[in-house]
Amino acid sequence: MKNYKDDFDFFKNSDNVYLDSAATSQKPHSVIEAQSDFYKIHCANIHRGLHTLSDKATQMYEDSRTLCAEFINAESSRNIVFTKGVTEGINLLAHSLSAYDTVIISSLEHHSNIVPWQLYDKNIKVIEVDKELNIDYVNYEKLLFENPNSLVSITHISNVFGNENDVKKLTSLAHKYGCLVHIDGAQAGAHIKIDVQALDVDFYTLSAHKIYAPTGVGLLYGKFKLLEQMRPYQGGGAMIKDVSFESSTYLDPPHKFEAGTQNISGVIGWAEAINYMNSVDFLELIEHEEKIYSYALNSLKNLDDIMLYTNANNLKSALSFNVNNFHHEDIGTLLDKQGISVRTGHHCALPAMKMLGLDGTIRISFGIYNDDEDVNRFIEALKKSIDILRRHK
Amino acid sequence: MIIENLKNIVDELSMFDDALEKYEYIIELGSQNSDIDESYKNDKYLVSGCSSSVWLYCIKVDDKLFFHSDSNAMIAKGLASIICKVYSGNSSSEILSSDTKLLKELNLSEIITPVRQNGVASMQRYILKFAKDFEDGC
Repeated sequence: MKNYKDDFDFFKNSDNVYLDSAATSQKPHSVIEAQSDFYKIHCANIHRGLHTLSDKATQMYEDSRTLCAEFINAESSRNIVFTKGVTEGINLLAHSLSAYDTVIISSLEHHSNIVPWQLYDKNIKVIEVDKELNIDYVNYEKLLFENPNSLVSITHISNVFGNENDVKKLTSLAHKYGCLVHIDGAQAGAHIKIDVQALDVDFYTLSAHKIYAPTGVGLLYGKFKLLEQMRPYQGGGAMIKDVSFESSTYLDPPHKFEAGTQNISGVIGWAEAINYMNSVDFLELIEHEEKIYSYALNSLKNLDDIMLYTNANNLKSALSFNVNNFHHEDIGTLLDKQGISVRTGHHCALPAMKMLGLDGTIRISFGIYNDDEDVNRFIEALKKSIDILRRHK
Repeated sequence: MIIENLKNIVDELSMFDDALEKYEYIIELGSQNSDIDESYKNDKYLVSGCSSSVWLYCIKVDDKLFFHSDSNAMIAKGLASIICKVYSGNSSSEILSSDTKLLKELNLSEIITPVRQNGVASMQRYILKFAKDFEDGC
């Protein structure tokens, strides 16, 4: 398999072992160039001007929407609303899906799939998980039975433990009870071939920056008839048909949800990231990531005093652990001083941490560029960190 | 005396060129610090603003204040012991009249993350508050 690090400027400038791609991925050279070229060559606002530059920028922006639609196999580009990321996508849903008062979530959700619902006073129902931290389907169906016609909003892959949910199963059960389904794809986009039509989800959200694209961009996929029924999220320029002091009318989706000047260069950079992903053999990529994941997991299991939280066989991308008797922060800091970037803390999932009685964990997560050598360096640095702490305990 | 304490610690930390060794020294300083009594490990003595739990309390002997700390994390415990060492053995008025920017001398920004710097700043605020309370006779 090719060395993907060569495609990323970051690794030319640093020998850091980057194991925090679940927080944000590094960006391929072509993405950085595309974003920079927009400002150097094509800079103009979109959907406004009559001049050539504006037309060109609009074309590039809308072409990116088409690419995004193809990336997740949406019906058309009309189903793709650009956002700042998953967080804004969920806030948009919480605001605009005003008819849905009850939201069913899982116990492992990121704060971005909890707090927006609370801000809009939604009634939150939480699905229990089993001992491997997978959805308890008996409990799920009970909640669906008790709360028909509500909204189900669940992560595709847990950002803390890496459990991949069976979205198809979750969705078909939800539809049986008249519920709509939103899937938070923040951790899935870079690791799974997403097909929103095959999954039959009603809404799907992505953060581009976790999929090798710039920060500050994301998308909300929605079935068109639902997007049509939803009220706009924010008001302003570029989302209206007509405005008077008495009232206004709005454009059709997706533009009615994109008020104000958007992150044009970010969206254009995302197109290049999708081109990059399309240039990769996805099956080979999935196989490579699975290999790295199990190599890291088995290497950790071979060390003393490592605490893991699931033995599930559906883990991807993110792996959480602790070292017995030592604080996750101490381990994370000592790893950092040895050039290993990992995430420590509650990972924006405090309810999940509280459920497991944890202050936090050490999380490693992978991208296309990680290899066995990264895992080896991480394990050596981890051993050294533990030795240092043991010497002074 | 605060400046003298600070100078000693700055000298000690500057002996290490390697960041990992510097951290090991901070951990060592924390481990030399005996654990505080469990009765102090409660919300009253918990320093807010630290990402791990840090407890800090103060005892007055004659007119001097002595600070004691502990943490559930070893690096935070080391950093807290440094801050306590800088301010211990001084009167409340000496502490309150000291330049609060003195801790910058430790060059903590070079060795600890902004989150940890915030934690250290919180510890300093607690120490100043203890000194103020004693000064006010609380």
